[in-house]
Amino acid sequence: MPDRIADPWGPRTPFARGAEWPERVDGFLEEGVTEEDVEAWVPTASILHSNGDAMDIAVKDGRIVGVRGRAQSRVNHGRLGPKDLYGWQANNSPDRLTRPLIRRGGELVETDWDTAMEAMVARSRELLDEQGPSAFGIYTTGQLFLEEYYTLAVVGRAGLRTNHIDGNTRLCTATAAEALKETYACDGQPGSYSDVDHCDVLFLVGHNVAETQVVLWARMLDRLEGPDRPKLIVVDPRATEPAKRADVHLAVRNGTNLALLNAILHELIAAGHVDHAFVDAHTIGFDDLAEQVEPCTPEWAAEICGVEADDIRLAARILGTHDRILSTCLQGVYQSHQATAAAVQVNNVNLLRGALGRPGAGILQMNGQPTAQNTRECGANGDLPGFRNWQNDDHVTELAEVWNVEPSSIPHYGPPTHAMQIFRYAEEGSIRFLWISGTNPAVSLPELDRIRSILAREDLFVVVQDLFLTETAELADLVLPAATWGEKEGTFTNADRTVHHSDKAVDPPGEARPDLDIFLDYARRMDFRDKDGAPLVKWHDAASAYAAWQACSAGRPCDYTSFSYDALRAGDERQWGGERLYTDLKFWATPDECESYGKDMVTGTPVEPDEYRALNPEGKAMLKGAEYLPPAEPPDEAHPLRLNTGRTVYHFHTRTKTARAPQLQAAAPDVWVELSEADAAQLGIAEGDVVDVIAPRGRVRGPARITGAREGVVFVPFHYGYWDRDGGDHDRAANELTITQWDAASKQPIFKTAACRVEKVS
Amino acid sequence: MKVGIALREAHDAETELAAELLRVGERHKADHDVFHLTRTLSTWCDRHVKRLAEQAARYDVDLDADAVEEQESRGLLARLREKGSELAGRRPESGVLLLRDMRELHLAAARASLAWTALGQGAQAVSDTELLGVVSACHPETIRTMKWTVHKVKEASPQVLAS
Repeated sequence: MPDRIADPWGPRTPFARGAEWPERVDGFLEEGVTEEDVEAWVPTASILHSNGDAMDIAVKDGRIVGVRGRAQSRVNHGRLGPKDLYGWQANNSPDRLTRPLIRRGGELVETDWDTAMEAMVARSRELLDEQGPSAFGIYTTGQLFLEEYYTLAVVGRAGLRTNHIDGNTRLCTATAAEALKETYACDGQPGSYSDVDHCDVLFLVGHNVAETQVVLWARMLDRLEGPDRPKLIVVDPRATEPAKRADVHLAVRNGTNLALLNAILHELIAAGHVDHAFVDAHTIGFDDLAEQVEPCTPEWAAEICGVEADDIRLAARILGTHDRILSTCLQGVYQSHQATAAAVQVNNVNLLRGALGRPGAGILQMNGQPTAQNTRECGANGDLPGFRNWQNDDHVTELAEVWNVEPSSIPHYGPPTHAMQIFRYAEEGSIRFLWISGTNPAVSLPELDRIRSILAREDLFVVVQDLFLTETAELADLVLPAATWGEKEGTFTNADRTVHHSDKAVDPPGEARPDLDIFLDYARRMDFRDKDGAPLVKWHDAASAYAAWQACSAGRPCDYTSFSYDALRAGDERQWGGERLYTDLKFWATPDECESYGKDMVTGTPVEPDEYRALNPEGKAMLKGAEYLPPAEPPDEAHPLRLNTGRTVYHFHTRTKTARAPQLQAAAPDVWVELSEADAAQLGIAEGDVVDVIAPRGRVRGPARITGAREGVVFVPFHYGYWDRDGGDHDRAANELTITQWDAASKQPIFKTAACRVEKVS
Repeated sequence: MKVGIALREAHDAETELAAELLRVGERHKADHDVFHLTRTLSTWCDRHVKRLAEQAARYDVDLDADAVEEQESRGLLARLREKGSELAGRRPESGVLLLRDMRELHLAAARASLAWTALGQGAQAVSDTELLGVVSACHPETIRTMKWTVHKVKEASPQVLAS
């Protein structure tokens, strides 16, 4: 096999527009093992990014010994990325948590499951008596399975009856969901990966797909190197792989996406490139949008964004003169200033062009994590299960019927509490029990000094459920060892709505248990009941949890009733909603059906039901404009540079798994700092010099890499924390520097817009 | 004709609203949502005040176009107190204080909104389309600020009162 560290995307298999993407089966087996030695190939899909690449786990002597891509999968046609090829080795890591840990006399010490669960239940009962549901916060992830999220949502919303449940999907994909709700009044990915096969323009906005979804980029590369090459437009401050191949690279200053997109919309309208028949028939809001972007000329945006006005015109002309436009967004939009407003303008580009619901004409508002889609669907994030609308009493009543509880026992008097607000309540001391599963906020949330001080609060009981003793687990009162992918079974759904089953290949290490078992055990010990006195949680394993979810999803956009657990388990893969949503241009946007009435994208104020009913009675797509506002922390004399944080192809999240895969760890062992040539020259910094990046909240130290980034922008990867380093200051995690601020509508923290300075360490 | 009086009332109400926004933001610096958004919303007041000042000459009144900016620079002193408010913000009582401050903010926004309503009616009565254009552009933003204060009370009060 070629060295997939040196070439993450593997060899090219070019294809023409509309042709079948050729198969290419990638695999990796540990040294000394051949395919003949493998005793079982167990079907699953990627767990280290959102692409959902189908694969089989190779098992020998009860151990995972490798992986192989599944040629027949519509998602990857056999391909795998480096994190899939090598990341599984973390399962076998000797430092896995194998027993529960409990804090005694200030130290975490080993204990048994019964003691651990009883401690958790005792504290829960105490707080329920003393304060009630408002004392409980649940913070989960985008890396568990559907059945686990759904169970957790029921336990939290109808068992504990707290409104404070969210996932770390808040950091990765909340804006994708919110942008879809603003435009289509409901979550649900409109497009499909197969749109890459048919498009004639790829419009990548803040989406470094080469590093975040390796196989999706391989598919794009195969189009870019084939006949009928699509045009490629890239918006990114960095000279990324996609940017290097772009017809137009708009290297905007980070924080200015909305200004750029408003100018592109301005140009589309001014040049007469609007599909008015489509707009009139299927959308509302055109006049207001046109008025909003009327003053946003390319010259105006060029000044703000630091790009050439002619490049903006060229991008608009390409978008305006092609029919099959596939637009995608990721963290460059979602984790930046005015996230939702910018993501919505990308939706607007496709709506103005009538590029929706047809092969090659669509939108991919991407996810960052493998199972983030399920966090969103199941209500383990800041939404109710099944894309139900918390402001719609009929939806809440329906949910109450599914759960056999009173509607009043499901909190819906306000928007479900988002992650940053959960931590804020803990900071104020009103949340006193925080249950964290499968995520590492002590490295991944902004302004880490603040997060550490919250997690360390005496009055906060912190439960952490994870595979390893993460930086967060070290601050916990109780640590529960969890089984992971390959050691448990369940289903999950990727960023283009493809559902896969992931089977159990091997036993978990020691006493580690599947997250589902932990949630079910807690529910049983807490003795949560429905309104007839029967157990609230009526299922006992993944298959029965899936059946319960099917019933909950029935009739909603993410309806799972037409494909059974057994069929998925047998290797079938399905996209809910079909290959593309909105092929008939009918949206889930009528006032009675919609998941959301929308929000004011500047203030975050939800639109009231009556207002929505008057605004959009027929349930059309909504063209919503927004005014560009300067970021909250612009560069100044003390901090003249713009901080941008992000990821590398070799790592996932806080490296909990990827740092334990030798090839991945060797490829990117430590933090670095990217500077533009001009900034480096001005500061007298050479490649490899150790530098400090200093923001008003903290400092990060690392070697300089001088790159083709735009002048004035500093990039630091966010993956690195402290668990694999002995002592020293908190100067390795990029989030020491980031600002505590979030998008008003999606509540996604802003990781890519802050001010900093760089100093050479002598 | 007393349109000048209505202009002055709208100008003063928007200036006061800005002052209230900045004051509340400074008091709740540890509540990042409130801190950042109040600053953004005060820039709307600034824009409104400037547009009102442009209209003033035609009605023989003299309005300070920079009234909000001056508030902001006076606010610098207050900002020295921010660190104190940040620390105070880590106690449960800060929630009660937030509800109280949101009520005051709501009243200030309502005052400004009513001033715009009167001014808009006046502009129509004297057929001043230019002034009516200013009202139509600005008043909806003041209403958005007012709605936000209601939303914030709705969002924050369950936790404040139940805990």
